Amino acid sequence: MTTVAAKPATAAKPATMAQALQRAMRDAMAEDPTVHVMGEDVGTLGGVFRVTDGLAKEFGDDRCTDTPLAEAGILGTAVGMAMYGLRPVVEMQFDAFAYPAFEQMVSHVSRMRNRTRGAMPMPLVVRVPYGGGIGGVEHHSDSSEAYYMATPGLHVVTPATVADAYGLLRAAIASDDPVVFLEPKRLYWSKSDWSPDAPTAVEPIGRAVVRRTGRSATLITYGPSLPVCMEAAEAARAEGWDLEVVDLRSLVPFDDETVCASVRRTGRAVVVHESTGFAGPGAEIAARVTERCFHHLEAPVLRVAGFDIPYPPPMLERHHLPGVDRILDAVARLQWEAGS
Amino acid sequence: MTVQELPGAASYRFTPPPAWKPRTDPAPLLPDPEPFRVLGTDAAAGFAPAVLRRLYAELVRGRRYNAQATALTKQGRLAVYPSSTGQEACEVAAALVLEEQDWLFPSYRDTLAAVARGLDPVEALTLLRGDWHTGYDPREHRIAPLCTPLATQLPHAVGLAHAARLKGDDVVALAMVGDGGTSEGDFHEALNFAAVWQAPVVFLVQNNGFAISVPLAKQTAAPSLAHKAVGYGMPGRLVDGNDAAAVHQVLSEAVARARRGGGPTLVEAVTYRVEAHTNADDATRYRGDGEVEAWRQHDPIKLLERELTERGLIDEDGVREAAERAEAMAARLRERMNADAVLDPMDLFTHVYAEQTAQLREQAAQLRAELDAEAEGDER
Repeated sequence: MTTVAAKPATAAKPATMAQALQRAMRDAMAEDPTVHVMGEDVGTLGGVFRVTDGLAKEFGDDRCTDTPLAEAGILGTAVGMAMYGLRPVVEMQFDAFAYPAFEQMVSHVSRMRNRTRGAMPMPLVVRVPYGGGIGGVEHHSDSSEAYYMATPGLHVVTPATVADAYGLLRAAIASDDPVVFLEPKRLYWSKSDWSPDAPTAVEPIGRAVVRRTGRSATLITYGPSLPVCMEAAEAARAEGWDLEVVDLRSLVPFDDETVCASVRRTGRAVVVHESTGFAGPGAEIAARVTERCFHHLEAPVLRVAGFDIPYPPPMLERHHLPGVDRILDAVARLQWEAGS
Repeated sequence: MTVQELPGAASYRFTPPPAWKPRTDPAPLLPDPEPFRVLGTDAAAGFAPAVLRRLYAELVRGRRYNAQATALTKQGRLAVYPSSTGQEACEVAAALVLEEQDWLFPSYRDTLAAVARGLDPVEALTLLRGDWHTGYDPREHRIAPLCTPLATQLPHAVGLAHAARLKGDDVVALAMVGDGGTSEGDFHEALNFAAVWQAPVVFLVQNNGFAISVPLAKQTAAPSLAHKAVGYGMPGRLVDGNDAAAVHQVLSEAVARARRGGGPTLVEAVTYRVEAHTNADDATRYRGDGEVEAWRQHDPIKLLERELTERGLIDEDGVREAAERAEAMAARLRERMNADAVLDPMDLFTHVYAEQTAQLREQAAQLRAELDAEAEGDER
């Protein structure tokens, strides 16, 4: 279901992901008076990444609220607001700042629908700027998706393109279930041909997309690692490898269909993400692919992930983050494992 | 090393810049030095007889409910029951001071408050029986699910009250928490949000002396839990939690204040958990019989019964009538709880998401097949 909302066709201007996210909230707030944006610094300042820029001015402090600095309180009060029929969109300023709110997330947000037998849904969105690559100091670069993925009742989505940032956030706000919306902060300023002035599509949650077709192997990735994988796929052509790239977009629910169709075509797969490898998202993905596509596989499903270390200081992060070379090395190992 | 011992400390004075000023005069925020009481004082004479009679009937019913639920635990009909025996005055008053449109946010020990608010006694016990987590529609009764993690329901109460006020609705939220819960971070964050937003919320702390086995002295160094209010900029009230009239009056005032836009109040009711924490607890390991006995003498039902009798508001017939009504309630509860719960295992997958994911559809099909195989096996 891809709906297209017609917007006035003025001169198209390229926009950043941050602008697309801001536009998504603005459109949702304009259409639905129950949508409320809240968090630390989201009002007057417009968020430390300016993602909520202008919302307080346009909709007032009651609709875009600067809260006290307390993540459990922010999410906990948002739960109460959702209980009363509002649709809170909560901003957690940075990935590692969201941990104090984890109890609210796990004990209440994720299971309120379930514990009340469907009587009390939790239509709220928790926006979490996540991941590294921006030179942030300690506690500003975590990839915390595995924690959320392991919590039943949550949807976990992460856009990798500017258009998806708009489309997925609109879908997340419209969802009657809680959505953890992971924003790859190093892509906040990435530009594209998406324009806030052009017609904008709302993307359904739960569908992966093939970003690049190929025959040699499938790179399965999401969020901040998508541009890296696209670059690796281009570089692989020199080696004679034709790589397919799948952008998951939604980690929960997981799109087995798109992923497995791709792996069955190519027979080889590498999962790429910044998050740590041990018990990380790639472990789940590799297991699912192996269970479903074993007889189509020419090699084991490999993972290119962050090392199993606390996120490193900024001057060392380039050694930790999966880069093009590490991806190509993994692809080479796929060829070797297959005996070719 | 204290501040006084620091070199130069005597000359140190914090001089705030000109823009700084305290938000409020803290004096009116401080609680009374002694818990507020009505019963046995001159104030009792002016208390509405109808309210006292209503409180009495509910206290007697509540005491019987606690006893019956505890008995059901011993019979294996309930997985667990955290009894509020001795604390009934708080439970009942919390329910009775709310209007129909108001919301109650109970903790796991507050089943009685939910029942006193009008919830079906069996629906209120669903969590503790173990057939589902919440047995009622919270929106229908305006009672949030009984909350097991400590103090996490308090920010919900603040958010709901805030949302209601934004919508222009006349709604007050009353949130209940124990003495142990006041040490949790969510307690602090909820009070702070409530005060900053001036949300129409009343926080009722039932200080029953122990967090499972840990006494209040090891829980806090504050002069009273009501004192915690002052730092947030809200009034703190200290009340005798076994004096049903006093709890009713203090909570009524706090609710009325919230309703007219006066913001939140923190009420500490000093009471005592006469029974153990739950049936899994051995209270003799951490407190003596003498202490329990002293509190039994200060029993909420005895206190109120004495007042009603002395003022001629109840006679022996009235006492017997209340006891008989409570007994009838217990009999009905026993009868209904002795029927096995009807469970549908497929419910496991029904309410995880609004729309089942492909993963859950697969797992539901697996369970369906297992159930069918079981049924077939039974037939053979």
